Amino acid sequence: MHSVQYHRPVTLDECLRLFDRFGKQARALAGGTDLLVQMRAGHCRNGAVVDVKHVPELNELRFGTSDGLTLGAAVPCYRIYGDATVSRAYPGLIDTVSMIGGTQIQGRASVGGNLCNAAPSADAVPALIALRAVCRIASVRGERELPVDQFCIAPGRNAMADNEVLVSLHVPPPPEHSGACYLRFIPRNEMDIAVAGAGVSVTLGNGTFRDGRVALASVAPTPLLVEKAGVALRGQPVEHEVIARAAAAAKAAARPITDMRGTAEYRKHLCEVLTRRALEKAVLRAGGTLA
Amino acid sequence: MQSIHVRSTINGQPAEFLCEPRQSLLEVLRDVLRLTGTKEGCNDGNCGACTVEMDGRIVPACLVLGAEAEGAEILTVEGIAKGSALHDLQSAFLTGAALQCGICTPGFIVASKALLDQNPNPSEDEIRLWLANNLCRCTGYDKIVRSVQATASLCREESST
Repeated sequence: MHSVQYHRPVTLDECLRLFDRFGKQARALAGGTDLLVQMRAGHCRNGAVVDVKHVPELNELRFGTSDGLTLGAAVPCYRIYGDATVSRAYPGLIDTVSMIGGTQIQGRASVGGNLCNAAPSADAVPALIALRAVCRIASVRGERELPVDQFCIAPGRNAMADNEVLVSLHVPPPPEHSGACYLRFIPRNEMDIAVAGAGVSVTLGNGTFRDGRVALASVAPTPLLVEKAGVALRGQPVEHEVIARAAAAAKAAARPITDMRGTAEYRKHLCEVLTRRALEKAVLRAGGTLA
Repeated sequence: MQSIHVRSTINGQPAEFLCEPRQSLLEVLRDVLRLTGTKEGCNDGNCGACTVEMDGRIVPACLVLGAEAEGAEILTVEGIAKGSALHDLQSAFLTGAALQCGICTPGFIVASKALLDQNPNPSEDEIRLWLANNLCRCTGYDKIVRSVQATASLCREESST
């Protein structure tokens, strides 16, 4: 942390102009739970810290049955699980925001920041992918939308240009008879980084899976959408055997590394187990029963 | 280096200070304002020793910039006792031997107070989950959890009489 500047824009326009002016040097500060650690490690020398928490668009938390969820990029975890309506509508999202860090971290850390940091292990991202969340990205030149599954491009790298800002995430309204779930494995009860994680969503109808999405954490350079798991579910009966096929597809799609948190083989095994259990829980949340 | 002039409320009193943009709230509390009750442990958000309340939420002061305290209400361990009388939690930690070296204690006190403020009757599991962001390498946690439970039952008795 050498010569750092601190800026506190209060409008989106002012915020975007700062990012345009400082480009690569600009670093967005929401909860700071990643940024301040990175600053101490010397990753932000001569940078401009832009505290985005006072921009109304980045602080918005709004749910409507027809519009779905608008989640400002700087909204901290505790506000999300503290909202009864959002908690009822998106239990799969609540799984993640109530397991990221601990109480103190959840008082600061945002889902938008978790996404922008683009860690392969980010707990919030598989759930967002499963829920078909879309990023609203802005710069002084205008706005664009990008599905969450295309946002992370490499460990620690996202698809935004230097002058762009993640404004908010938009999650479609939950369909009738749908359910979602995120599960991760860590060797402790709390406060650890996922060895592997699985975020899923299902929509049921007439005893079949109308829709299904599976995304994984910590088993690839980026959070991973497993298209083949969705294919294994869609149109098939709500049965253990079908879930087992989707879980096998998740295991096959995982391409983990071996590191201090676990071996590649162990992580692949975890993908199968976590995907199966998450799908079983999502089916129950959707009001379904498993044959 | 351009210093930033920050106005906030700390332990109920208006506070003004100058800080560098890179300085954390923890550094400001300890080095600028000399409120050394808040401890530095890991300095990366894992240990909870620097826990303070900011606008009603507990946060790790090491992961907050001093500049972010502008307009905020901060409560540190120095603001927990009522004058010279210890807060019930502080007394319970003493009588329950919930501390040995004491470095983690201010963080545990601030975090436990925030829990009891919003949940006067937490279960053991709720206490352990709430305090998962606070590490103690001496006590093994049991005495801390029991002291929080003792405070909670004392507060309930007081409020029912």
